[in-house]
Amino acid sequence: MTIRPNLIRPQSSHQWQDQSFRLLTLVFALAMLGLVGLMVLELLQGSWLSLLRFGWSFLTDADWDPVFENFGALPFLYGTLISSLLALSIALPVSLGIALFLTEIAPQWLYRPISFVVELLAAIPSVVYGLWGLFVLAPWVRTHLQPVLSRFFGYLPFFQGPALGVGMLSAGLILAVMITPIVTAISREVIMAVPTSQREAALALGATRWEMIRLAILPYARSGLLGAVLLGLGRALGETMAVTMVIGNRPEIAISLFAPGYSMASVIANEFSEATYALYLSALMEIGLLLFGVTMLLNFLARLMLWRLTGAVAGTRE
Amino acid sequence: MLHSYPFRKLLNRAVTVLMLLAVVLALIPLFSILWHTFERGWPAISPTFFTHLPKPVGETGGGIANALAGTGLLILLASSIGVPFGLLVGIYLAEFNPGGLGTVVRFLNDVLTGIPSIVTGMFVYSLLVLTMGGFSALAGGVALGLIMIPTVTRSTEEMLKMVPTSLREASLALGATKTQTILRVVLPAAIPGILTGIMLAVARVAGETAPLLFTAFGNRFWSLRLDQPIAALPLQIFTYAISPYRDWQTQAWGAALVLVTLVLVLNIVARLVFHRDGR
Repeated sequence: MTIRPNLIRPQSSHQWQDQSFRLLTLVFALAMLGLVGLMVLELLQGSWLSLLRFGWSFLTDADWDPVFENFGALPFLYGTLISSLLALSIALPVSLGIALFLTEIAPQWLYRPISFVVELLAAIPSVVYGLWGLFVLAPWVRTHLQPVLSRFFGYLPFFQGPALGVGMLSAGLILAVMITPIVTAISREVIMAVPTSQREAALALGATRWEMIRLAILPYARSGLLGAVLLGLGRALGETMAVTMVIGNRPEIAISLFAPGYSMASVIANEFSEATYALYLSALMEIGLLLFGVTMLLNFLARLMLWRLTGAVAGTRE
Repeated sequence: MLHSYPFRKLLNRAVTVLMLLAVVLALIPLFSILWHTFERGWPAISPTFFTHLPKPVGETGGGIANALAGTGLLILLASSIGVPFGLLVGIYLAEFNPGGLGTVVRFLNDVLTGIPSIVTGMFVYSLLVLTMGGFSALAGGVALGLIMIPTVTRSTEEMLKMVPTSLREASLALGATKTQTILRVVLPAAIPGILTGIMLAVARVAGETAPLLFTAFGNRFWSLRLDQPIAALPLQIFTYAISPYRDWQTQAWGAALVLVTLVLVLNIVARLVFHRDGR
């Protein structure tokens, strides 16, 4: 768009120009609202058949059987939940450790390289994670991690059964790596937003660095850190390719983390383009709708927590 | 109750070591991924790998020419949707002081970033694939474009807001209209940062697989038609990786090496652009 500045210009013409430009941007901003609305509508419409047919039992039925036209999503809900929680329980302490290291300990010259390298973890495509998970991580889990776990913790039901490599444990591990960058980035911002006076006060009272972190920083940053956790959880729930490649894709509910499982996103990825009849497609759509609803809610809560803290934090890139 | 001083000092040390350990722990997978991708992908790399089409099942050799072209086309399509859309919404949020509506849009934009990409794929499937009667490059491009929008919007808004108000005032004082001020003064000042945001968004969608599974679908043949299924680098990696053929698995690593290089270069260049004259 070229606009020639004229020295003498009728007032009305440039007002018209400004108004129309404003209107153009406004239309696109509204289009964004429209897009989200359309998304909800399409997903609802797509899953309508399944919603009517199965109702709430869709969530509690463990039997997914396309041949007999019976669809229960419980194994997928379970797989998604367990693999994500496992990922979070590994990623949270690690991310918090990195964030605290960066903000409280690292010298200036280390700050940028370390943040950059951790952010690179977020840049690697999901499918490459999957490839690595399938050919590097899963074999390592089978030959090294699972024998050790079953030897020392074999009495727990979580670590029993044959060591297959692919399964819930590998999925959890790979998800942990994948959500570390976002949890780290947001915890870092949140911790940096803690006023220096809080730190100084703790130190002045004779606290060691760890005591300062425990008594002054963590309590102050609590709601923001919760936001980081929720965002990480949302990321883990929706992650598709890497999980599909390592979780084992078996719609069963097993207590053992060694056993193969299935996740909501994976079943969509595997079966959506093969769904041969309307109800099948609709059941998969309903899983998509659930995924959409849950991640939307998690993100909503997370942003709410982060927005209250500092406006800028919410903008941290994944 | 307070522990003895030596104990507190020891605890402090221990925690410091744990934090260092956390950093190391995060770096191990990164280097493992980069190393294995290079080590296993390098044998697949040759001139024919870039210029040939995939061979039929059972024959060894062949390349990823169609997937490279496909990814290029998909990125082009995605950018032509995501960039203008994101730019305009970003300008609206930063320059037109939108109040309540702005807060809603901004909030929704943040929330959109977290929507799983596979759900976007399903949305585009029912929006375009079902209505157009088949998988198509266009549908794939639209899906990726939608994924780009929140990132571009966010970086545009942030970068525009970093431009000093005095610049706007100077422009307006010289008699420029608001539109001229935005397009000729504010936008050019913010361009390095916005470009960084766009490149990062491109880097992200270049590696997206899930939304393409049932939109672009993949294609073993050469096609650049918008209404036909099209190959893409990440799709090819996925198909090859889960195949039982050794040669295909090697090619999956080769394609992964190409993709990772592309994404890393985009990431690094994006940051260089930003740090040269941004901030």
